[in-house]
Amino acid sequence: MTASASEPEDVARSCSASGPKDSTRTAPDPVPDTGRRADAPYDLVVVGAGSAGLAGAVAASELGLSVALLDSSAQSGGQFYRHPAPALGARRPEALHHDWSAFADLRRRLHASGVDHLTGHHVWSVVKETDGTWTAHALTGADGCADAPARIRARALLLATGAYERQLPFPGWTLPGVVGAGGAQAMLKSGLVLPGRSIVVAGSGPLLLAVASSLASAGARVPAVVEAAGYLRYGRRPRALATNPRKAAEALVHAAALVRHRVPVRLRSAVTEVHGTDRVEAVTVSRLDREWRPVRGTGRRIACDALAVGHGLVPQIELAVAVGCTTRALPDGTLGLALDDLQESSVPGLWAAGETGGVGGAELARTEGELAGRVIAARLLGRPARVGATAGLRRRRDRMRAFADVMSAAHAPGPGWTGWLSDDTDVCRCEEVPAGRIREAIAACGARDARTVKLLTRAGMGWCQGRMCGTAVACLASAGSAPEPPGERRPFAVPVPLSTLAALDGSPDPASAPDSPTDPVPS
Amino acid sequence: MPTRETSDVIVIGAGVVGAACAHYAALAGLSVTVVDRGYVAGGTTGAGEGNLLVSDKEPGPELQLALLSTALWTELADRLPPTVEYEAKGGLVVASGETGLHALREFGARQEKAGVIAHEVPGDRLHDLEPHLAPGLTGGFHYPQDAQVMPAQAAAQLLRAAGDRVRLALGEEVTGLLTGAGGAVRGVRTATRELHAPYVVNAAGTWGGALAELAGVHLPVLPRRGFVLVTEPLPRIVRHKVYAADYVADVASGSAALQTSAVVEGTPAGPVLIGASRERVGFDRTLSTEVLHRLAAGATALFPVLGTVRAIRTYLGFRPYLPDHLPAIGPDPRAPGLLHACGHEGAGIGLAPVTGQIVAACITGAEPPLDLHPFRPERFDATAP
Repeated sequence: MTASASEPEDVARSCSASGPKDSTRTAPDPVPDTGRRADAPYDLVVVGAGSAGLAGAVAASELGLSVALLDSSAQSGGQFYRHPAPALGARRPEALHHDWSAFADLRRRLHASGVDHLTGHHVWSVVKETDGTWTAHALTGADGCADAPARIRARALLLATGAYERQLPFPGWTLPGVVGAGGAQAMLKSGLVLPGRSIVVAGSGPLLLAVASSLASAGARVPAVVEAAGYLRYGRRPRALATNPRKAAEALVHAAALVRHRVPVRLRSAVTEVHGTDRVEAVTVSRLDREWRPVRGTGRRIACDALAVGHGLVPQIELAVAVGCTTRALPDGTLGLALDDLQESSVPGLWAAGETGGVGGAELARTEGELAGRVIAARLLGRPARVGATAGLRRRRDRMRAFADVMSAAHAPGPGWTGWLSDDTDVCRCEEVPAGRIREAIAACGARDARTVKLLTRAGMGWCQGRMCGTAVACLASAGSAPEPPGERRPFAVPVPLSTLAALDGSPDPASAPDSPTDPVPS
Repeated sequence: MPTRETSDVIVIGAGVVGAACAHYAALAGLSVTVVDRGYVAGGTTGAGEGNLLVSDKEPGPELQLALLSTALWTELADRLPPTVEYEAKGGLVVASGETGLHALREFGARQEKAGVIAHEVPGDRLHDLEPHLAPGLTGGFHYPQDAQVMPAQAAAQLLRAAGDRVRLALGEEVTGLLTGAGGAVRGVRTATRELHAPYVVNAAGTWGGALAELAGVHLPVLPRRGFVLVTEPLPRIVRHKVYAADYVADVASGSAALQTSAVVEGTPAGPVLIGASRERVGFDRTLSTEVLHRLAAGATALFPVLGTVRAIRTYLGFRPYLPDHLPAIGPDPRAPGLLHACGHEGAGIGLAPVTGQIVAACITGAEPPLDLHPFRPERFDATAP
């Protein structure tokens, strides 16, 4: 994963900020080396300072564009290169990281560039104005509660908002001690803390191996890595494997670490239940059939005090969906942005890079960011893009994208996983909607799709806006046939205080996009 | 090969109005097939706030409908499961100046003559009803008959409570109407089959005009877009449906330009819903920051306490608007066998039961509960009387 716009859990629930004082601010400082006036729009706003956003921002800036780089965190690096705050005094943050030098290089280029890195900016909406420029609306401050929401204007927009973790519910998943696999990794990378002493790692996707190897290296006992897919599906596309040796090498490094720490890996298995009264005490691991249906009688109890679980990553694309960007269904059942060969979306002037176009890892994100940065600079500076300058990047991008698709297909949830949900398992945690109520809405109330399920049960209407339960609701609603990917429609990418909206006075009217396919979900 | 199915009535549209038509027809002993290209409550019903209002209606035919429907809703609240979240919460209309209050007083007096219960609330007593209202408001009117339901659940439970007599044909788009001798409607065609019935009810809401066209008749239903802002869940800090006096004028206006007036209400689930905007922009689904700005400004002016509360989502819908603001209800003399039940603009949830009752009465030959002349569907034809 690369950059992150703020995930819902990151946002403080109560906001003590009063009304904004400086809501029409367009830019904090003049940038001498690009000659941009303080009140003029930037050439480019980049949302997300992970691998893709960093690469895009520095590439565009080095070619002469004025660039603002927005991210909710205080530091660059996104999720993948999440690292401790300087105050923690970590001596070697890179010890927990794969390919740290690539990030260090981007960070060095950022510091040397004229990019305005605006930290603590939580972008809640982007708007295309009638004059064709873009406005990014952001809350500011570590928790988004600072007094001065920002409005940053630019001629072009690059979305590098990364991905969030996908969860499939199971009985007991709300018990303390159950954490996201990516979340466990983030806790370790940023706070050097472990979620428990004995941690089962489960779910599906290549992230699990990386997480288990990090946790084991940091001193945790990992009784098992439980992977729902087999790794056989990778073998069906040998070409994508052969042309991506670095990916294979990365997996080998993690696998070697697991062998060293004697961590058993169970394939075609899943945690189908968590046990414990106040917190996790054990998990039941069951074998899965080809369709991911738990095989009766195969459940085995494994003692542990924490479970790190995740089923891959979901592109975080709501900002783009809200302005009508075309999406594409990915092989793992998630939705990514449909982008052209030069990373531009279906909405002119809006580019995207990294996980927003489909999850593929930090190296792909960096390549796409670099490509987008160069293409945007060529477009805005009116120079015809030299084919030679981007051909290499595009080739590398295509090669890694092909691998990402193989990976995505290999870890797509099988239709039978809903078999491990009991009727009283909460599917939507925010609104406390159990699986039984969703099944009833489908069986008896005329719900046949995720949207109707949401309307009838409130599943997905709560604080996280369906990020946690979207996949589960879509799978339940499809009743065994191929589910529609969750629509990722969230007109507010992060919750926005009403005082901020009330102070939006004088904003120019947004350009209308009459053929917009977006469908803000009614309640 | 297309299969053939027959029932007494086909209702096109599984929104709340279609559900109510099916419900009352089934209660009258008729077999009903409900067809929708989407699923239950997928159109404007799913985008509504669930208002059952008498307070915003001028004395006249629509208020008559609303009063009848209000009575039916109280009865339905006993029959339908609690998931419909029926709440007789009452409405509170507030004025911020003497002129506004005077207009409310005059409006309320006329409504009372038509059977509405309305109590004037002096400025210094408003906080007894709504403790968090902004200080300094001149006064207002309390309408105890105003109520609210959860609209999608209302539609689903109306259908469910009708029992076996109602069959659902969801995810099936009507592509044409079947006609017999003399142009009489005798069923509908979908992509996969033909459904037969001597009566077809157009409950297609905002898309009712397009459906009428399939039958070769004119019904000028237009979309009137509205946004709703939804806050994070809160303890009950807004008890009634509270709105500013200018809302009534906006509802009654036909202007295409953007109009907003603050309408604020709590819900049993916790979030506060903030409306209301009206604009005629076709079926444009683009988010409008201008609308969000105005809604938030209006709501925080009425309830300053909401300033620090976060909006977690917003949604929009298209009210089915007819030029004279009255729905089309009843048989269409231009297409025998076709009945209309659409064009309720922003009042569809409230007016659904009485609409369903009227439609059932028309089909069974019973006496409708009021004079249908103002709602006749052919009234927009140039030659109409």
